[in-house]
Amino acid sequence: MLQNDVASLWESLKGTASRPERCIWTIDQRINLQDLFAGSSLSGRLEQLRDRSVLLLTKSQLCAALSLIELDGIARRLILCPPDLDPEHIPFVIDTAAVNAAVSDQEAQICGALHADCVFPWSSTIKRGEHVRGKQHATEWILFTSGTTGPPKMVSHSLASLTGAIKTPSFSAQPIVWSTFYDIRRYGGLQIFLRALLWGGSLVLSDAGEPAKDFLARAGSHGVTHMSGTPSHWRRAIMSGAAGRIAPVYVRLSGEIADQGILDSLRVIYPQAKIAHAFASTEAGVGFEVEDGLAGIPASYFSPSAAGVDMKIEDGSLRIRSGRTALGYLGRENGSLVAEDGYVDTGDMLELRDGRYYFVGRRGGVINVGGLKVHPEEVEAVINRHPRVQMSLVKSRKNPVTGAIVVAEIVLKLEPDSNNSTTEAAALKSEILGDCRRALPAYKVPAAIRIVSSLAVTPSGKVARPDA
Amino acid sequence: MPGSVRSTIVSQFEQVAREQNRKLAPLSDDLVLMESGLDSLCFAIVVARLEDALGFDPFSVVEDIQFPVTLGDFIKIYEDAAK
Repeated sequence: MLQNDVASLWESLKGTASRPERCIWTIDQRINLQDLFAGSSLSGRLEQLRDRSVLLLTKSQLCAALSLIELDGIARRLILCPPDLDPEHIPFVIDTAAVNAAVSDQEAQICGALHADCVFPWSSTIKRGEHVRGKQHATEWILFTSGTTGPPKMVSHSLASLTGAIKTPSFSAQPIVWSTFYDIRRYGGLQIFLRALLWGGSLVLSDAGEPAKDFLARAGSHGVTHMSGTPSHWRRAIMSGAAGRIAPVYVRLSGEIADQGILDSLRVIYPQAKIAHAFASTEAGVGFEVEDGLAGIPASYFSPSAAGVDMKIEDGSLRIRSGRTALGYLGRENGSLVAEDGYVDTGDMLELRDGRYYFVGRRGGVINVGGLKVHPEEVEAVINRHPRVQMSLVKSRKNPVTGAIVVAEIVLKLEPDSNNSTTEAAALKSEILGDCRRALPAYKVPAAIRIVSSLAVTPSGKVARPDA
Repeated sequence: MPGSVRSTIVSQFEQVAREQNRKLAPLSDDLVLMESGLDSLCFAIVVARLEDALGFDPFSVVEDIQFPVTLGDFIKIYEDAAK
């Protein structure tokens, strides 16, 4: 089971870690890889973590970053918790992933769920010392999918599947410094973390509390050469007025549809940079990168085995098959991740126009608000609890800031004593919005509610959803 | 009615700030939007609300629109589109 031909992360880095310029920057710290390779951030307790399923439940991205470097090849499994994991779901994660150890900078969160002996506190100080790594094997990497409701969905990867799309660049005289607006504990950010490491470069980590302009200034001061984020991240960067604080040679967009507007704006700000938009998902892995500066995907990408990836469109949605695809879901109830023919259905709907394919949305109407996914049904469920609401339809509206935003249409129950005045409508809307704000995170709350006289219903009795 | 676009925009800023429990910086034309106390989601909501209030979304009409940096830029985009 634990077989593959990729060296562990540690072994892959050993040769270049001694370069003094290689480091990871956080908002208040600089970690030299050289120091990490001459010591340990885990107090050298690798033997105690060997062959175990290790939960990485961390407050800081740095804790996750250094633990991944040290434990890949040692642990049986590394379970990389995203920053927004609901503490309520920790016991579920521990159970599903058969966790029997944890590395954490916030041990209190795990207390009670795991035996105290199995919890390894982490500190950002690297202890010097020779640590024998012993025999190494392929570690399973567990990532969380985005955009699920209820208990988290976990998928299994290997270092080989995660790094399948990373080609080492030809020698560059200039040091490479990657940075990303993403958190590295999500698939998109993890790709950048691995690229920075395997390309022999350095990495500037973002910080959740840091304003965009400060982060850009910080990234600029470290000489960032490669930068990645969602189109929404980039729009925010432009609107901060500080986009010019970095001068990257490579600008990457992923996680959302990159429209021509954002690509053109970035071209104006970074005239020298290569601007690429990429498609990747936790399940399907990295699909492709488009580097011609145009929105959409050239139809030629669908010819057989372009760049080691097979892509096709079935029932309107993009299907991907490659060695970068996840190995499967954890937990039986989640079913199979790939179809019988080995393809992953991404759920992203494509449309052909003038020789290029364009994303038109998600199947089932899932709304992507600045990279965060919203299921219309969960918002409708909250709205429908209001006693005056007969039925509701939550849908996506195009938005220049977050790509899309949630809006709702509602049909009211007929009430004989209602006067249907504008004042009454306004009061109702604000009550319903209040309910939504109490029950849902801000990005799921409708930006606007419209009262309509009726909504179309399908023959099966469901509210008709605009396709994708 | 001159100034009505501006006042609609200003009142949306104030309302969204209130709803999202954010402290709004004193509004002036040279205020950098990202320093106004509102985040990206707040601006997205403001744009959606303005579309309902004014009947148009200037960002969807003009192809190569510049992203606004200051409140003045933002208001100008709407005023130009309203002409």
